[in-house]
Amino acid sequence: MKKKIALALAGLMMLGLVGCAAAPAAAPAAAPAAAEETEEAAEEAEEAAEAVEEAVEEVAEEAAAEDAEGFTTVQEGYLTMGTNAYFPPYEFYEGDSIVGIDAEIAAAIAEKLGLELKIEDMEFDSIITAVTTGKVDMGLAGMTVTEDRKKNVNFSESYATGVQVVIVPEDSDIASIDDLEGKMIGVQLGTTGDIYCSGDYGEENVEQFNKGNDAVMALMTGKVDCVVIDNEPAKSYVAANEGLKILDTEYVVEEYAAAISKENEPLLAAIDAALAELKADGTLDAIVAKYIPAEAE
Amino acid sequence: MAAQSLREKFIQDFLTDRRWHFITDGLKTTLIVTVLALLIGIMIGIVVGIIRCAHDQQKGDLRGAGGIILRVLNLVCRAYVTVIRGTPALVQLLIMYFVILVSSRSKVFVAVLTFGINSGAYVAEVFRGGIMSIDKGQMEAGRSVGLTYVQTMTNIILPQAFKACLPALVNEFIALLKETSICGYIGLNELTRGGDIIRGTTFDAMLPLFAVALIYLAMVMIITYFMGILERRLRRSDIR
Repeated sequence: MKKKIALALAGLMMLGLVGCAAAPAAAPAAAPAAAEETEEAAEEAEEAAEAVEEAVEEVAEEAAAEDAEGFTTVQEGYLTMGTNAYFPPYEFYEGDSIVGIDAEIAAAIAEKLGLELKIEDMEFDSIITAVTTGKVDMGLAGMTVTEDRKKNVNFSESYATGVQVVIVPEDSDIASIDDLEGKMIGVQLGTTGDIYCSGDYGEENVEQFNKGNDAVMALMTGKVDCVVIDNEPAKSYVAANEGLKILDTEYVVEEYAAAISKENEPLLAAIDAALAELKADGTLDAIVAKYIPAEAE
Repeated sequence: MAAQSLREKFIQDFLTDRRWHFITDGLKTTLIVTVLALLIGIMIGIVVGIIRCAHDQQKGDLRGAGGIILRVLNLVCRAYVTVIRGTPALVQLLIMYFVILVSSRSKVFVAVLTFGINSGAYVAEVFRGGIMSIDKGQMEAGRSVGLTYVQTMTNIILPQAFKACLPALVNEFIALLKETSICGYIGLNELTRGGDIIRGTTFDAMLPLFAVALIYLAMVMIITYFMGILERRLRRSDIR
């Protein structure tokens, strides 16, 4: 039934597209040439609507039924999570699927809520927009709670602590964060590393990349002098690339939390409750321990 | 990293964890988006192009209710072409995804619609150019042997116009194919993003990017080849 509605909607949109078409068809005497052509076009539009049927299958499940616990999700029966899967060990691609601490925590939360988890990979700076516009239910991407972000979304209880660190080449003259003044700093767009560095060292000294990996690649090729990013992914980056090291001094310590739409308070409560349970029964620690070896803590 | 040979890089980039999957899946998405968008684009383009031409060619005798309607339609179509051509496709895509089709869960659908509407504006101008390029005498000849405006248009003007605008149409098709690479911004896993995902996982930029570039190039060459055949076929009637 929903599919049919979706299809009809798609058909309508197509017809709307050839909006110029509808009018002359109603007044054929006016512009005979246009009228005949447009009628054909309208028919073609309907055919095309069928052609995109596959693409539309997932369209607009807005009318997701109220759950027993009183919260709604973007897609009924699913907990949709927005993330940026280039942030090991929190989220990264392993084969075709996205895995990592955040992915497993989300799966555990979804299980508690009786939902199936769906992960959407997107640019980091799009995640909050996706949450507020209802594209995803929650953003879980090693995201730090900040005042600006709080204005747009609700944050769950924190589930992990993040530390912003500085990655430099092994032969770099940067020995501590005090040496960052005047250097080119690479960050991931919209991350807290970006926010702090742009504030502390001036935007002209900060190069923003879409992914943390891109920033590290720029560091490898000498386009930037250092990269400020979260501790755990930093370790993965340094392990994967020779000739890099992490400075001992921590830049900023911060809290990770899940971002949930302000219009979905019941979901926030449900996720918080699930997180508390996971914390209490040790699941949370087990997941973190699985990805972050104890000695590295 | 420097110690890694090209062969090892290749294995790591494409064979490990079946990473070539990102490329093939991406290619599939790119093709779906391009073909569907082109179909929508051509449909919009024909309608808008003809309305614009009908208005411009009959400027002298635009009287009565019919004339007013045609004028209004012409204005709407002009506004459409101006807005769509005047803004970047990427901005249109983001607006469509985050503002207009907020409730849509299918990124492919958003992409097809955006690029279809986008391409329609360009195709409309291509068709208009094609129709305008046909000598006025053709229309006069058609009308003087008793054909109506519509009959002259469909039987005499449009077939010639189509042939005239084919190269420009192919141009638009190729541009559209490559333009779809911006879909990564809304997180649609098309070809470019497929390569990007591999780049993000293996830290190797060269091979994934070259692979993606080669595939685009191959697709464009295939399109060009088939259009060459079509053009030759259409030109047969030229030899008198």
